[in-house]
Amino acid sequence: MSDARPAAPIPRPAFAWRNLIRPAIYWGGSIPAIWAFYLGFTDQLGAEPIKALEQLLGLWALRFLIVGLAITPLRRLGGPNLVRYRRAFGLLAFFYAALHLAVYVGLDQGFDLTAVWNDILKRPYITVGMLAFAILIPLAVTSNNAMIKRLGGAAWQRLHRLVYAAAALGALHFLLLVKSWPPEPLIYAAIVLTLLLFRLTPIGKKPRQRRVAEAQAHR
Amino acid sequence: MTISRPPRIASSEITPHAVYMRRREFLAGAAALGMAGMMPPASRAAPLSAIKSPLSTDEKLTPLNDVVNYNNYYEFGTSKTDPSRYAKALTTSPWTVKIDGLVTKPAEFSLDEILKPVTLEERIYRMRCVEGWSMVIPWNGFPLAELLKRVEPLGSAKYVAFETLVRPSEMPGQMAFLPVLAWPYVEGLRLDEAMHPLTILATGLYGETLPNQNGAPLRLVVPWKYGFKGIKSIVRISFVETQPPTSWNLQAPGEYGFYSNVNPQVDHPRWTQATERRIGDGGLFAKRRPTLMFNGYADQVASLYAGMDLKANY
Repeated sequence: MSDARPAAPIPRPAFAWRNLIRPAIYWGGSIPAIWAFYLGFTDQLGAEPIKALEQLLGLWALRFLIVGLAITPLRRLGGPNLVRYRRAFGLLAFFYAALHLAVYVGLDQGFDLTAVWNDILKRPYITVGMLAFAILIPLAVTSNNAMIKRLGGAAWQRLHRLVYAAAALGALHFLLLVKSWPPEPLIYAAIVLTLLLFRLTPIGKKPRQRRVAEAQAHR
Repeated sequence: MTISRPPRIASSEITPHAVYMRRREFLAGAAALGMAGMMPPASRAAPLSAIKSPLSTDEKLTPLNDVVNYNNYYEFGTSKTDPSRYAKALTTSPWTVKIDGLVTKPAEFSLDEILKPVTLEERIYRMRCVEGWSMVIPWNGFPLAELLKRVEPLGSAKYVAFETLVRPSEMPGQMAFLPVLAWPYVEGLRLDEAMHPLTILATGLYGETLPNQNGAPLRLVVPWKYGFKGIKSIVRISFVETQPPTSWNLQAPGEYGFYSNVNPQVDHPRWTQATERRIGDGGLFAKRRPTLMFNGYADQVASLYAGMDLKANY
């Protein structure tokens, strides 16, 4: 007689619609890119298709960064806590920024890396844009549970505060590349600025956080 | 999340290409039937007759669709497609141009009076935008010098200043909450530049009257300068003694100079001027092409700037 007992049946997890949200964000989030490339390859992006494709991808990168930055204020203002979806938006922002850069280097500049390097050195909006992208790289690389464990929560969080700089530089990149002051980049810059400034306020902070914040403010 | 889609157009609603190519016959037929009078004047592009010019380039023309749908005309909005969308509302008739300043015979001409004594020419010119793109456009127009001579400029006149219409009720960009430029849009040329045979006033393109979004009814074309020097919908021309203010120079003096000659050696802080993308050159995989000094018109105009430091006078 063996003393091996039959394995306890693994409880079948209850099906939850909630589990579909994350994949839906990734799939839904890739639609604008698929759509933009589709329009580009079918010659529906107007007189300057490369520029149009470049700008669409860049704009969506900024939009996803903004969504990611809006999650904490939303919670602190009494809205739902969507923090479990924040990584998806951050990664989408990174992928869009990478595609934006790839179109610029490959299609716009025809892989002329000397021209790209000169652009980075000479044109402030490209310098700023490249800096924003460079910041996003370590954030994307560490956007997984294994890296959170490896770095430890506090260090990981400190690192990921760099997203504030990336978003500010992204908005600045948009402002610098246009002639004069058309409304669209100003609106994006205002949204980013509002979301960043919100983090300096005590609105909706838990009491402990608020005490820490006050102590820091009084130092 | 929503993404914008172009309006879906049933293939049954799209005019077959062969029919489109015969559109003028259709218009002629419609006119014969007395239907032309029923069309709103703004949408009527009247055919023009123009003689060919030896100053034309034989490069491949930019498709009409791009020439009339990809415009910088900030009076109608900052997006490239705003002008074609909103400029239809502009009334271009009646139209007068006031010519004043240092002249013997100041005048206020109606458009008809301006066009009566001139022979329209077809001038196929390269157009280089300061933003790094270019087109080849068949303009219909006449040398600016012909109009300027009629008012007999005085010896003291050294520059010519131009002014665009201000009419916020028909130009939404002039009503914008954050105006991108100070209105009216103003431009200027040195007298010798204004009198140069390459400098024209255009009243049409592609053999038809100028579409509103391209600066109807009368615009300046100076092919060796960046496109923004080509002031649109002109209502006033003044002869002056000192260098007149120009709109983009007022907006950002470090970026846009008075001369604004196309010069691949002087970069704009935001755009390289060494290369350009020719609109209509072939979709996503079009290559940039080198930009030429004075936009390829150096043989005709370089002498105007002999001895001048073109890096300082950008």
